[in-house]
Amino acid sequence: METVYLDNNATTMVAPEVYEEMAPLFCELYGNPSSMHTFGGRIANKITKARRQLADLLGCSPSEIVFTSGGTESDNAAIAGTLAAYPNKRKVITSRVEHQAVLAVCRELENQDYNVVELGVNRSGNLDLNELESQLDDNTALVSIMYANNETGVIFPIEQIAELVTSAGSVFHTDAVQAVGKIPLNLSQSKIDLLSLSGHKLHGPKGIGALYIKKGTRISPFIVGGHQEAGKRAGTENTPAIVGLGMACELAAENIEQENTKVKSLRDTLEAAILEKCPASMLNGDKDNRLPNTTNISFEFVEGEAILLMLDKFGICASSGSACTSGSLEPSHVMRAMGVPFTAAHGSIRFSLSRYTTKEEINFVIEKLPPIIVRLRELSPFVT
Amino acid sequence: MWDYSEKVMDHFLHPRNVGEIENPDGVGEVGSLACGDALRLTFKLDKEGRIADVKFKTFGCASAIASSSVLTELIKGKTIEEAEKVTNRDIADYLGGLPEQKMHCSVMGREALEAAIENYRTGGKKKHELEGNLVCTCFGVTDKEIERVIRENNLTTVEQVTNYTKAGGGCGGCKGEIEKIIQKVQGDTLRTPVKPKPQKAAKLKNIRKIQLIQQTIDEQIRPSLRSHGGDIELIDVEDNKVIVAFRGMCAQCKTAEFTMKDVVEARLKEFVAPEIFVEEQSQPSQGQ
Repeated sequence: METVYLDNNATTMVAPEVYEEMAPLFCELYGNPSSMHTFGGRIANKITKARRQLADLLGCSPSEIVFTSGGTESDNAAIAGTLAAYPNKRKVITSRVEHQAVLAVCRELENQDYNVVELGVNRSGNLDLNELESQLDDNTALVSIMYANNETGVIFPIEQIAELVTSAGSVFHTDAVQAVGKIPLNLSQSKIDLLSLSGHKLHGPKGIGALYIKKGTRISPFIVGGHQEAGKRAGTENTPAIVGLGMACELAAENIEQENTKVKSLRDTLEAAILEKCPASMLNGDKDNRLPNTTNISFEFVEGEAILLMLDKFGICASSGSACTSGSLEPSHVMRAMGVPFTAAHGSIRFSLSRYTTKEEINFVIEKLPPIIVRLRELSPFVT
Repeated sequence: MWDYSEKVMDHFLHPRNVGEIENPDGVGEVGSLACGDALRLTFKLDKEGRIADVKFKTFGCASAIASSSVLTELIKGKTIEEAEKVTNRDIADYLGGLPEQKMHCSVMGREALEAAIENYRTGGKKKHELEGNLVCTCFGVTDKEIERVIRENNLTTVEQVTNYTKAGGGCGGCKGEIEKIIQKVQGDTLRTPVKPKPQKAAKLKNIRKIQLIQQTIDEQIRPSLRSHGGDIELIDVEDNKVIVAFRGMCAQCKTAEFTMKDVVEARLKEFVAPEIFVEEQSQPSQGQ
């Protein structure tokens, strides 16, 4: 059975070119980039190149990139590092639909006497910027709002938010893990102070990420030790992964056009067909303001885990915001924040595509999914 | 991904007795869309008062569907009095176990059965109502229900109660109250936690007997030997003869023979069958 992988917001395949680029770093070019010998120096050159590749994708300077172990570390570092640099400011603003890597950190801050404000979203997953504006004050150290939501793909007006926040004198961080490589960025022209990204969401390896720190932004070091990463993040560099991430960024820059043509068109085909063939199904999140690869659809009166397991029988990989898949007992915090009715929240399915997704795969899902919904509805006491 | 047994997957992908019986003798409805799972159970009795036909409709995850399907299989052909004895444990055991966090699916099955029987006994008048005082407002769970599940499954932590009843799994505001109920039900036993003793069956099948012997050794015998620096291994079972080998300190212990009779054999007689007798494995030849 072939795997039809439509769970790219969870993780992606490492691009073959990335893998190829990484391979020599294990047994041949295994030196330490900090070493004084030529052997180590060759690795340092590769890291310099990777930093350049990242900077090109983000439209920033290589010196503004700090490599980390991934999106979660970048988010943690951005928040903790900023608060440590502004010890007298005691307020943090974020949103209710953030990834746990931000939300859990902020909720922990509440126990440390921080005033944490979580902005709500409306039914289509959009923020109210007036609410944000009214919350900004001199006491606000940091605002952390994600670029695009991992579950719905909804994109927030980040440039506008960055403008608001920085002109009010606060630091602005965005978790752009889902956006980098899918949306063109030019950070040199942006007011964003801090931006997190992750390698494995853009066909790079797992265990590597980066934090963009705009020149002049005050932030405390997040791992202390050696002098690596300009003293911000100590520890011998994960050289194969850094080189892989660099290559992944170069490929993403080359393919970013495709994301908004080929990938988007496949997504739209899938979405339109499902909504048409399955009665009582509906789209979650803003239809227009969205990542080109993501669709989140709710099927009323059926439960997400059951749908996923039946899709799995055909090798189709997707994910769900239902309670049962998370091991918790409530639907995902994003669905709840958006006020998706319970009749639909438990039956939400996310398909996330990549540039490797084919027309055949999409047609396969369009063929297999509707009968699954029919079958589960035959079992449901809410359908007569 | 959940580690579902083959049986769960079988009953999920090929559920038995799906549907609804027209003019049923009993109807049980539990759960809701908001809670994430719901079950509607209908049954009809034959002239002898046995459950002749039973059908279910379930909204929920794989384990909820599988639990409902198994429930119908378990009660088909039973009298009401027999069906009444089915517990959530029976459902979970029949499925070859459920992941801990999914045990509430088996409880939902038992609740639906209970509701259907109640409905039958009141001549179809009474619909299922919550009994007792509401503890968890997020999922609508009462103290009575929590007490019962704690008893039937010998639960000792709030986390377990949440896994089995969902209570405490929403806002979490009732966790303190759940803790109090656990204290009340389990009382002193909690202070000296004891493992549930192996159940002695009336007539043992061979495989069940061997399992029981192993379980008794693991839970009742080994811990006391371990405290003396020793260990025991089950080598073989021949009819009623259990062959074991002592390891560690016990292997050299002069009083091992007493241990054999006083501890090992006595426990196995108690927990497995009175006919059991124990022999020590003859010393293995050197160089083996």
